[in-house]
Amino acid sequence: MALNDPPVPVIPAPIWRNFKELQEWEALHKTRPEGDKHSALFESVTEGIHNFPGGFVVTTAADAFLNWARKSSVWPVTFGLACCAIEMMATFCSRFDVERLGMVPWASPRHSDLMIVSGTVTIKMAPMLLRIYDQMPDPKWAVSMGSCANSGGPFRHGYHVVKGVDRVIPVDVYVPGCPPPPESLLNGLLLLQEQISHFKKTGRRAPPNVKVD
Amino acid sequence: MNAEQARASLASTFGVEVAAGVPMVVTVAPDRWEELARYAKETVGCRFFNFLTAVDWKEQGLEVVARVDNLDDNVGLMLKTRLAPGVTNCASLTPVYRGADWMERECFDMFGIRFDNHPDLRRILLEDTWEGHPLLKSYAVDTPHPPYR
Amino acid sequence: MLDQNTTTRVEMDWSGPERLQMNMGPQHPSAHGVFRAIVTLEGETVVAVDAVIGYLHRCHEKLSETLTYAQYPSIASKTDYVAAMTSEFAYVMAAEEIGKFEVPKRAQYLRVIVAELQRIASHLLWLGTWCMDMGGALGGGATIFLYCIRERELILDLFEALVGARLLYGFFQVGGTRYDIPDGWAQKCRETIAVIESRVDEYEQMLEDNAFFLARARGVGVVSRELAQDVGIAGPLLRGSGIDYDLRRNAPYSSYQDFDFTVPTEKDGDCYARYKVRMQEFRQAVAIIRQALDKLPAGPISSRPALKSVAQIRIPKGEAYARVEGPRGEVGSYIISDGSAKPYRMKWRGASFSNLAILPHIIPGHKVADVVAIMGSVDPVFGEVDR
Repeated sequence: MALNDPPVPVIPAPIWRNFKELQEWEALHKTRPEGDKHSALFESVTEGIHNFPGGFVVTTAADAFLNWARKSSVWPVTFGLACCAIEMMATFCSRFDVERLGMVPWASPRHSDLMIVSGTVTIKMAPMLLRIYDQMPDPKWAVSMGSCANSGGPFRHGYHVVKGVDRVIPVDVYVPGCPPPPESLLNGLLLLQEQISHFKKTGRRAPPNVKVD
Repeated sequence: MNAEQARASLASTFGVEVAAGVPMVVTVAPDRWEELARYAKETVGCRFFNFLTAVDWKEQGLEVVARVDNLDDNVGLMLKTRLAPGVTNCASLTPVYRGADWMERECFDMFGIRFDNHPDLRRILLEDTWEGHPLLKSYAVDTPHPPYR
Repeated sequence: MLDQNTTTRVEMDWSGPERLQMNMGPQHPSAHGVFRAIVTLEGETVVAVDAVIGYLHRCHEKLSETLTYAQYPSIASKTDYVAAMTSEFAYVMAAEEIGKFEVPKRAQYLRVIVAELQRIASHLLWLGTWCMDMGGALGGGATIFLYCIRERELILDLFEALVGARLLYGFFQVGGTRYDIPDGWAQKCRETIAVIESRVDEYEQMLEDNAFFLARARGVGVVSRELAQDVGIAGPLLRGSGIDYDLRRNAPYSSYQDFDFTVPTEKDGDCYARYKVRMQEFRQAVAIIRQALDKLPAGPISSRPALKSVAQIRIPKGEAYARVEGPRGEVGSYIISDGSAKPYRMKWRGASFSNLAILPHIIPGHKVADVVAIMGSVDPVFGEVDR
């Protein structure tokens, strides 16, 4: 039934048996949008490295190093809106310490990587939220914390409530709850770290652990 | 002034029935609204301004409700005035109580009631460009607001 | 257009009448929520404050007309989300007053215990965030913040054992409470409040020995008696200005008259006075909880049957305004019911809305740095302000 289908188009997983088939598949799927690419010099250098046998070892090792550096020091901007902000503050404090993950809450968006949208986004607040998100430099991530940020929450039917922060900014991790206890938020942040570790900067965009059937 | 004296003097000055109870409810016509508030503050001694709000009674018009308290004698007064259907003007209590400022701005925002003599009547909770007054019964709770679906 | 040949002399004077309008935007590290203050500055002195609120307007009053009396208490707890128990309390008390429902004695005592525990938790958060605002997030302010959150976690553990949730509960229902205390909870509660009582003494000593704290809190943000009553602020702000009014004693509800406690009042009206009032309220809350636990009667926890459907509670036509003394002041709920399962009109009297209205009256004349200290001592929670 159409009810159980995901709302996004299902792209069949790639199937290959050897390296040559992988190369053919990649040649056919080289569709990265223009804005997603780095400078031509960077792309040509990485392609050059890949032409050498074993060149992938260099780029994957570089990716792994950069991802480890990025995920181990994600600085969230303190963007507490409502009740979830109190649970976010509890997560930042000593019992559920988030600084052991490398996350130092930082007030200025210019120096932070992550925006944890904790609380209801209202129509009056949405442009401010977008402005703060735009002020964050790349690479940046967003975690939608709580049911209000996920979908409007208990206030979904209100006239002044935006039904989910993903109508304003792109979200990487959704943490459910009203409010999510600090354990859930920590789970979400660890999921975000795992997402970052799969981030590929050097051309290969195969999804991780895809089940081929 | 304690509760019994307040009840008697209010009934005599404004010619209305004041039901006994906590709090005492006094309903007057809109043209005596500010006078009632001043009387409550100066004569009855209710110097604590609790809140001011409005109720939409659909065809019967809007009603403005305010509550003031006398903290020393423990007297609570609920002041009410019923605006005629279609009327959205009311006298402001800001000259009497400074706390009425934000409360009346909220009533304007939510019900569209314009308060005369208010120093700065503009929307407080919603954006200045918002159209409509949400707490009126004719406004649906999930009215969409473009560009948000 | 200036004539090219004439030269103009500009006097650069830092104390001139040049006024700067600065925006203290809805996102700022002062950790109070979404509040925007457009301050007009003359040098370093604030001349005018325009408080822009509404960034968290979540349509509570309109939504309450679409939700039944059984559904709304959980939503009511999201108004004052730092003190969710007292928020729910106001709503169910108003519904009970219209319907003339009796609340059993055990439920009343449980409500008192829970409300006072919530007061302690809320004041701990207030103390932590106020000191953090004045001391800086990475500086000395975080010390008190971390200590207070550590204590608050102990109380939230108690709530989690009782209700299942840490911050927003559905503990109150019309007619009583929804849950009863589990075994061992009373003992755990006594231990927790004993620990908190001793630690609060520690924090008070720490703060009062600190000259910077005293310099930033004494004489700052003075609210006169007359202004306090005129604007309608309540709670520690009112008692810090010398007005001895506490709903728990002046208009007792839910068996508060059975307990023996004093109401702290200070005369100065500045931030330091409000701080002292709240510190004393810690100790009074501990005393009330001890008495309530000692005298807790056995019996049912609700006079109505357990909730099985959302439209189960029907209230006759009428109206009532019920108020409770929340940690921030008078939280009230004015319900007009028309006999159906949903209210006709619900007005939420949020303590912080009235408290915040005092800012444009007291901030002008202070320096920029005092704005943060005053806002912290007013202790707004924006769920209540914007509803």
